[in-house]
Amino acid sequence: MIVLPADRLEWVEGWGESLGAAGYVWRPSTVAQVRVVLAEAERAKIPLVPRGAGCSYGDAAFRAESVVLDVGRMNRVLAWDPEAGEIDVEPGVTLRQLWRYVLGDGWWPPVVTGTMETTVGGCLAMNVHGKNNWARGTFGEHCVELDLMTVDGAVRTVSRDGDRELFNAVVGSFGLLGVITRARLKMKRVSSGMVEVKAVSAPNLETMLRLTDEAKDQWEYVVGWIDAFAKGRHLGRGLLHFARHLEPGEDPAPARSLQVGDQDLSEEIFGILPRSVMWRLIKPLCNKIDMSWVNRLKYLSGATVGEGAVYRQTFAEFSFLLDYVPNWKRIYRPGGLIQHQTFVPEAEAEGVFGKQLELCRRQGQPSFLGVLKRHRPDESLMGHGIDGFSLALDFPVVSRRRARLWDLVRLLAEPVVEAGGKFYPAKDCALPGELYRATFHDGQIQRLLEFKTKMDSQAMLRSALADRLLGTWS
Amino acid sequence: MKKKFTHAIVVGASSGIGEALVRRLAAEGCRVAAVARRGEKLDRLVEELGVGNSEAKVFSFPHDVENTEEIGGLFQDITGSLGGLDLVIYAAGVMHRVDFSEYDTAKDLDMLRVNLEGAVAWLNPVAERFAALKSGTIVGIGSVAGDRGRSGGPVYNTSKAGFHTYLEALRNRVARFGVKVVTIKPGFVDTQMIRGLHGLFWVVSADRAAEIILRKARCGAVVAYVPARWRLVMWIIRNIPSVVFRRLKV
Repeated sequence: MIVLPADRLEWVEGWGESLGAAGYVWRPSTVAQVRVVLAEAERAKIPLVPRGAGCSYGDAAFRAESVVLDVGRMNRVLAWDPEAGEIDVEPGVTLRQLWRYVLGDGWWPPVVTGTMETTVGGCLAMNVHGKNNWARGTFGEHCVELDLMTVDGAVRTVSRDGDRELFNAVVGSFGLLGVITRARLKMKRVSSGMVEVKAVSAPNLETMLRLTDEAKDQWEYVVGWIDAFAKGRHLGRGLLHFARHLEPGEDPAPARSLQVGDQDLSEEIFGILPRSVMWRLIKPLCNKIDMSWVNRLKYLSGATVGEGAVYRQTFAEFSFLLDYVPNWKRIYRPGGLIQHQTFVPEAEAEGVFGKQLELCRRQGQPSFLGVLKRHRPDESLMGHGIDGFSLALDFPVVSRRRARLWDLVRLLAEPVVEAGGKFYPAKDCALPGELYRATFHDGQIQRLLEFKTKMDSQAMLRSALADRLLGTWS
Repeated sequence: MKKKFTHAIVVGASSGIGEALVRRLAAEGCRVAAVARRGEKLDRLVEELGVGNSEAKVFSFPHDVENTEEIGGLFQDITGSLGGLDLVIYAAGVMHRVDFSEYDTAKDLDMLRVNLEGAVAWLNPVAERFAALKSGTIVGIGSVAGDRGRSGGPVYNTSKAGFHTYLEALRNRVARFGVKVVTIKPGFVDTQMIRGLHGLFWVVSADRAAEIILRKARCGAVVAYVPARWRLVMWIIRNIPSVVFRRLKV
């Protein structure tokens, strides 16, 4: 056994800043260095957790006292074919790098997260989705092949078509089977850098779900915001945004909108307020009373002035809403925030989401932000997609009420399991493992464990999330 | 809100103040690594505390602080088992009885090894870790005996005085990183160490001492006497001129 150097120790936390742990952090820049780190962890007999940009809200990318393999410096574009729209990237390439690289040639990543700071490695490990999950599936569905380094240091290419079973096990299994060292992604052809957006309001949950469902076949992107403070007949009311790419000929100046510079968000809001200070201005409002008013005003303005508005936005403006206010998570300091996203089959959604919203309200722990999306099943082994809807709820973490919040998550999750729903590990940190495992059938978890035993028999690759959801491996 | 420790190491945990600290920390729901030479005593303690305490987790790590070369690996092992660390208490200590005319080098060096060398070997890696992570609390159980060189205990006094100075220096090194180093100077505490001694007064129980120590640790005190009235007594004793002090039979 070797003793790892103390100067590698860092506090590593989830994006929500509500959970973290000390870890021995390595930031390799080459595949050879990744191999060295794996060997070092093995010699020290300390588990290793791969980490991208740390954008998962919870405990996906750290583990207490473990080696943290941060792939952020492996951020090179290795090859780009502007004819086929296929790009080879290292795992630390962010979505920001990705879209900026391909847009000028008329391409766009087919699936993006609400922030552009996530890495390709992280997006594949968590098999993330975007606002177009119904239309385009998950991030992993647009990966052609990937290089996977297993704990023994060997690198194998796993292709989607050639080795589908392993590919589907690696994508979405939160880095448990190996470290992704390269990925080939297929981009989506676009003729303009603009989308057409339509905003509508819905006075209750039933209408929200109905409008979302009706829109899913005509619009590429469908996303709903829910006022989680509303109650009674207004329960689940919210605003919906539908968007579609412009068809050839619709954009009068496509060459311009395909320029990176035209997409960039301005540094200021209203031309004077620097975005970087925005969170400080919002922070005083981060309490139940003010947030209920913020939610109410947002709904009322959307339902009146904004109702039915049709307008055009750049891809970046529409896609990366979470980047509008940089570091907005800091409004939740000092306790941080957690997000809980549940997926429920179409027929059960109204009942389950209604119950969840009501439960939060009754417990005096309303969500400050609720987001609704439409989904389809995905074929990854640990996939979270189902034919139905998802509701993501943000909660502030207050240290003296922390245990109550964790209890609330359990209460929110139970009806999801009963309804045959799913959970999203990238957004979770509080779900009890038995509830997570109860959402899988047909020996899926057993299959993952078989892969794990075959590829990492000593369980060197672990994470706090994997330990919690799947049980410890030892 | 009062600081609550969640992951702690107590070195010298099998008896006396160390044991009382383990009990109190465990009762608060803290995960504790109990380190001591006497493995069987530790195991009994762990077994006892494991019952009826579903929240608490006490781990035993048999180790002789004189084996300084094994500390690095053991420390890594312990932090891995605990899953974190925010408090380390060095409570290991021996006090051999020596007569006023006894010069037993073997006894004296043994006290230096346990009370001082062991402390340095343990707290160096701890301070390095806490400085890297910019948080943590180190508590050293010194003694009022370290405040003055008495003819009745030259090397015990030296080991504690050395320990106090080491802790002070450590504090000056790591304070800028937000790490707390707390020097505890207990008076007479009802433990094996003082049983059979004469002329004792203000004797407090080990549990009471542990209670005060943890309170001082939570607020990040610099130097704390246990109980506090010893501060005045030791101030007086420190100021007794040498020409007088050498004539006292202490």
